[in-house]
Amino acid sequence: MEMLQLAAQWNAAGRRVALATVVATWGSSPRPAGSQLIADESGRFAGSVSGGCIEAEVIRACSATLASGTPQLLEFGVANEQAWALGLSCGGTVQVFVEALATRAEMHG
Amino acid sequence: MTPAMLDTLLAAGHAGKPIALLTQLDSGAQCWVDAAAVDGDFVPAPALAEQARALLNAERSECVGAGTDRVFVQALVPPPKLLLIGAVHIAQPLAQMATLAGYAVTLIDPRTAFAESQRFDSFQVLTQWPDAALATLRGDARTALVTLTHDPKLDDPALDWALRSDSFYIGALGSRKTHATRRQRLAARGFTPEQLARIQGPVGLSIGALTPAEIAVSILAQLIQRRRSGAV
Repeated sequence: MEMLQLAAQWNAAGRRVALATVVATWGSSPRPAGSQLIADESGRFAGSVSGGCIEAEVIRACSATLASGTPQLLEFGVANEQAWALGLSCGGTVQVFVEALATRAEMHG
Repeated sequence: MTPAMLDTLLAAGHAGKPIALLTQLDSGAQCWVDAAAVDGDFVPAPALAEQARALLNAERSECVGAGTDRVFVQALVPPPKLLLIGAVHIAQPLAQMATLAGYAVTLIDPRTAFAESQRFDSFQVLTQWPDAALATLRGDARTALVTLTHDPKLDDPALDWALRSDSFYIGALGSRKTHATRRQRLAARGFTPEQLARIQGPVGLSIGALTPAEIAVSILAQLIQRRRSGAV
């Protein structure tokens, strides 16, 4: 709820906001399902979806979703070479759903 | 997420009502489910709505279904409550740390010189006697109460209320000797040894805490242990 409140504040201040939520974890993972991160178009962010291992990639995905309007389901794990490169070394797998928070102008425009 | 959905979720949070957000991971379509109603981009099948309500009651967020029907159920629940009896020095770090850990803190102390001191400006403070203040509150399985005054006139009525409630954690600051006499007084009010065993006294994990902040850590650590692992 804390991230949703902050997202609403950012939105009210005229910033477009994307919301990333951990929706599933397998094995060791630092943050449980429901953990959230928000990011704006400039890459400023709050919250977390891991111990810092995958945040950079998730924030990039947030920018892409803000540009396209299309939600994304990301997966990071040991079987994923990209995740290894990002350093998700705890051995777990995590799925993160990324969506844009629509503004009222977008809804009615 | 639509602005209307965000407004609905935030309004539920503001009202202290649990609400589940359901997201179809394939399409991004969303709806909400609470104890009585559903609304949003799609109408969940009755079985899915029931699953969502069960997860909401268990305060668990997880995916249900598979393939294109896979839905993430996010349980959004109000924070657990921590009631502190006594706006004493220890209450200051304890209220701050508990707030950081996600608890909604309420301080109760009729001694306005304590309760109205600046150090508690950012917290809800009730300046009634504990029995009067607590009579307006409900002690459920998401409520914790800790007495900090050492004064039986203030502590005992609060412990009496807590022992008659479903509170998941009851703590009482004071030495072993103080706690032994406290138990005698509460036994005289009709509580059994089994009921009195719910009170953590001396309160907190034994970590050799000395300062108010260290004692606050030991109390909060025990409270978290009780809530997350069910063990004390």
